[in-house]
Amino acid sequence: MEIVNMDYTQFLAMKQEIGLLIVFIVVFLYDTFLPAKSQKALPGLTAVLMLILTVCGIVFEAVAPETLSKTAFAGMYVSTPVIAALKTILNVGVVIVLIQSVNWANSSFMAMRRGEFYELLLVTLFGMYLMVSARHFLLFVIGLESASLPLAAMVALDKNRYESHEAAVKYILTAVFSSAIFMLGLSFVYGLTGSLYFNDIYAALTGAGVNMMLIVALAAVVSGVGFKLSLVPFHLWTADVYQGAPTSVTSYLSVISKGAAAFAFLVILVQAFGMLYAQLWEWMLYALIILTITVGNLFAIRQKNMKRFLAFSSVSQAGYIMLGVISDGAPVATAAMMFYILVYIFSNLAAFGVIGAIERASGKLSMDDYRGLYRTNPRLSVAMMLAMFSLAGIPPFAGFFSKFFIFTGALSAPGVGTAMYVLVLIALINTIVSLYYYLLVVKAMFIADDQCVIEPFRSSASERLGLWITVAGIIGLGIASWFFSELNVLTATYPLI
Amino acid sequence: MDVTIPILILAIPLTMFLLLGIAGCKMSHRTAGILGCLGMGTVLVLAYYTAAQYFFSGNELFGADGVRLQHIVFNQTWLEFTPTMAIKLGFLLDPISAMMLVVITTISFMVHLYSMGYMRDHHGVYEHGFQRFYAFLSLFSFSMLGLVVATNIFQMYIFWELVGASSYLLIGFYYVKPSAVSASKKAFIVTRFADLGFLIGILILSYYVGNFDFMNLTSSPVASLAETFSVDIAAPQHIAQIFADNAAPVFMGGSVLTWALVLIFMGGMGKSAMMPLHIWLPDAMEGPTPVSALIHAATMVVAGVYLVARLFPLYLMEDTALVIITVVGAITALYAAMVACTQLDIKRVLAFSTISQIAFMMVSLGVARPEHHEALGYMASMFHLFTHAMFKALLFLCAGAIIHAIGSNDYTDMHGLRKYMPITHWTFLIGCLAIAGIIPFSGFFSKDEILSACLGYDWVAYVWMSLVAGLTAFYMFRLYFLIFWWKEHKIHEGHHAPHDQAWTMSLPLIILAAISCVAGFIPFGELVSWNGHPYDFMAHFDWSVAGISLAIAVAGIALAWVMYRRENALPEKFRNAVPALWTWCYHRFYWDELYMFITHKIIFGGICRPLAWFDRNIIDGTMDSFAAVTNKASEAIRPLQSGQIQMYVWYYLIGVLALAGICAACIL
Repeated sequence: MEIVNMDYTQFLAMKQEIGLLIVFIVVFLYDTFLPAKSQKALPGLTAVLMLILTVCGIVFEAVAPETLSKTAFAGMYVSTPVIAALKTILNVGVVIVLIQSVNWANSSFMAMRRGEFYELLLVTLFGMYLMVSARHFLLFVIGLESASLPLAAMVALDKNRYESHEAAVKYILTAVFSSAIFMLGLSFVYGLTGSLYFNDIYAALTGAGVNMMLIVALAAVVSGVGFKLSLVPFHLWTADVYQGAPTSVTSYLSVISKGAAAFAFLVILVQAFGMLYAQLWEWMLYALIILTITVGNLFAIRQKNMKRFLAFSSVSQAGYIMLGVISDGAPVATAAMMFYILVYIFSNLAAFGVIGAIERASGKLSMDDYRGLYRTNPRLSVAMMLAMFSLAGIPPFAGFFSKFFIFTGALSAPGVGTAMYVLVLIALINTIVSLYYYLLVVKAMFIADDQCVIEPFRSSASERLGLWITVAGIIGLGIASWFFSELNVLTATYPLI
Repeated sequence: MDVTIPILILAIPLTMFLLLGIAGCKMSHRTAGILGCLGMGTVLVLAYYTAAQYFFSGNELFGADGVRLQHIVFNQTWLEFTPTMAIKLGFLLDPISAMMLVVITTISFMVHLYSMGYMRDHHGVYEHGFQRFYAFLSLFSFSMLGLVVATNIFQMYIFWELVGASSYLLIGFYYVKPSAVSASKKAFIVTRFADLGFLIGILILSYYVGNFDFMNLTSSPVASLAETFSVDIAAPQHIAQIFADNAAPVFMGGSVLTWALVLIFMGGMGKSAMMPLHIWLPDAMEGPTPVSALIHAATMVVAGVYLVARLFPLYLMEDTALVIITVVGAITALYAAMVACTQLDIKRVLAFSTISQIAFMMVSLGVARPEHHEALGYMASMFHLFTHAMFKALLFLCAGAIIHAIGSNDYTDMHGLRKYMPITHWTFLIGCLAIAGIIPFSGFFSKDEILSACLGYDWVAYVWMSLVAGLTAFYMFRLYFLIFWWKEHKIHEGHHAPHDQAWTMSLPLIILAAISCVAGFIPFGELVSWNGHPYDFMAHFDWSVAGISLAIAVAGIALAWVMYRRENALPEKFRNAVPALWTWCYHRFYWDELYMFITHKIIFGGICRPLAWFDRNIIDGTMDSFAAVTNKASEAIRPLQSGQIQMYVWYYLIGVLALAGICAACIL
């Protein structure tokens, strides 16, 4: 590795990180120094700033994608148009979360903590940026930790609620444990290869034999990222944390951190351990995907609490996202995964948007409370129905196409074996199981003719805006599913390796 | 030729459909009706202009050396399967499509106008769903126009289904009436079943030929003009060659081409209500009467005839297919005429008469051969299609006026109406004379040509069809006398006397009656012939055929005069003389019962019930057991989510170790 003298131009390579940092500083200064009476504008301000960042990202992507290809800090940090696109996709999700959380953030309880929520959220997002851009495990761990630890504080924001504390404690303890195992694995890797650069690890492993040490190291690394993605059996924290955390935090946790972790996972496995694909990690992922999809589904069947229900649904969805990782960075599969993440953001945030609105208005969270909702709140019910249809993968909604593409992606690699067909078949069978529980919600809302305990109410402007955006995404990406081929062109032009 | 007018001919009805369908409920009934009439009126003018351009402009695109050519105005690729095989949407002008443009727009405009009066009650209150009615009429007109100008068989099929759908919508217009609902379903299912044959036929044909275009199937390009084609017998020879070269399999004694053509004809049988697929048409009379006039008398039901005429050069290659057409047509013609002699409901009499007359056209196509009178049958069939559309629409609209005045479909409620409804009476009489074939009304000319064509082909066909022609005269005048004569009209207490209807309803009657009087003198052979060469009818005219057919018609009318002019016991005596024949005719030879038996007893009981059992027990059972297993599994893994963080960490560790362990076990 050549020695590079560091200068300020290195930082200029990190366009999106700098943009995010500016947003963070503005929010921080606004929160810290402006009088309390102007604080109500903070949620809107954050959303607008993030929206600007997102739009800038899209414009760059469309106008001059090559300018986004940068390397900095002796190759520790890499940005390509594909990575920038993933960050922009995450930004889209963050904007929606921010819009949906305006009401909650402006509630009287949150008055003193409003700034904390936004600052922590932006810090974790920064961590996720680093996770997907890192090409050195040191930077990756910094990213991982800054994406994890503040989340514990966010989970605990609702400090008057017992569950919120419990969730935070469970989260921080398991996260610490997971980090420990992850670092143990890394130390093994360092010991075996003598470097923490992805490229060097790849080079060192090329031609070297497989030994027990390496297997354990890889299993530990996989588990560390699998924890963030809540793959079974590293998922056990998910349900308790999703249920205990404030709904806005849960929705952020369920989509953004999952999307970032999945992509980072792909980068690590392909760029550092790509050698071991056929021998090791393909089969580890194979087992994890089957377990994750199936166990997530089996638990989701029984859930009555909507947030808990969505927690297990998101466990199972993570399994589908992983189908994009298992193809060893094939452009089609990568594009399919990014498309899946985008669609999943819209679908899941639509569901959380409805749940959040209902929770704020009536405090109801049980699926039984949703019985007959169509009669009292028809528009929310329709939004929820679309979200469920999209999550279940019913055409013509976006979720159908994202599932279709991710299956195609998993099978598109040259020389794909029977095992992969079996995997896709199992995933397909599991969509039927998932259809059952998603439709349970629809059935409760539309078919049950009980008197609904949720009174008719009018959701706030920001909640409606958030839902309109997500519903537009669910329908729009279903109709404009050719957007996938745009992503495909991008990933084919700028491959991961 | 400029594409604007052809596009407008299709676009205006479609726009009207969308406008009235979407915004109809926002506008008043009157506005919707006037909009519909104006739209159709515009299309009428444009279609007349287009037809006049085609027939009379002398443009070299449309004719060279006195031969009429097929001209593609535009042809847009819609779906491309292979470079040669693409579904295109276009506009084809040739003698028969130009003639159909005139027929469709004329009848459709008359019906639009007529419905302004018909679709309201005696107090002038518009019926519920009036705008919807006009929207559907526009949809139908659009579909029918698209069908006749199709440049390829697939476009024809698309619009073929669209007319079927709009017919379904219009038959079921009174959707609160169970009989209308079941009639619309019946029409849709029967014609759809027939269209299955049509589709298979298209697939067979295109599989071997690799192309859907009529230009390729039935015509050959004119050297100097890219978009213009001439029909000639040589064109299908290369199709015949394709089938000959491919060593096509023979199935049940028929070659592939025969099967393709017969299956395509099956689609035509469904739409044109040929036996045994005729059962939907009498029931379709549940729709409003203007709909019956437009769809079930003049335009949609002749689509089958049009289809055969369109593919006529192909049919010429397969004599078997033409013989099948002739036989089916001949049997249907006689059957429908016999049934029409006994029905009570005036619309049903007209419906069976329609079936019989379409069968005339089919027979005429079936007996057309270039070697007999230069395919007179083709020209005669198209001529009869034209004249029949006019006088049958007239008869239906008259029936509508009577039904509107009386409030019943049954002639026993009518009798002796001639004094009360003079306009309707005279126009109905003209319609009857035309259909009976009395000179100089239009039906005489076209029917005479059909009979000439039959005689040229085979004397059995001639005698058979002459007999049907005599029956036609008889049952039509039976209907006429029973409605307008028989006995004095009884006006019920509290009812005012029946009277002629408003001008919107009477004007179309008068116009159509006038057309029926003069249409016979149109030199039709000059305009339409199978290969575009002008046809000199007089060279093939046979005075003896004309004299005999006139004599038969007069005899039929005379018999009706004797039996039904005033109340007497003759009909009763006649019925008692041949009770079995009468009962069979009255019950339409029990075709409906036969279908009921086949569908309910054999299909539902014999096939569907075992399938349902299999579905319920085997398939559902398997699914249920899957669901049960899933549920059990879900129950079994519950303890995993204990809520204790120690356990979470424990499972985590186990997971990592298991992952490593399994991999190690596999590899090392």
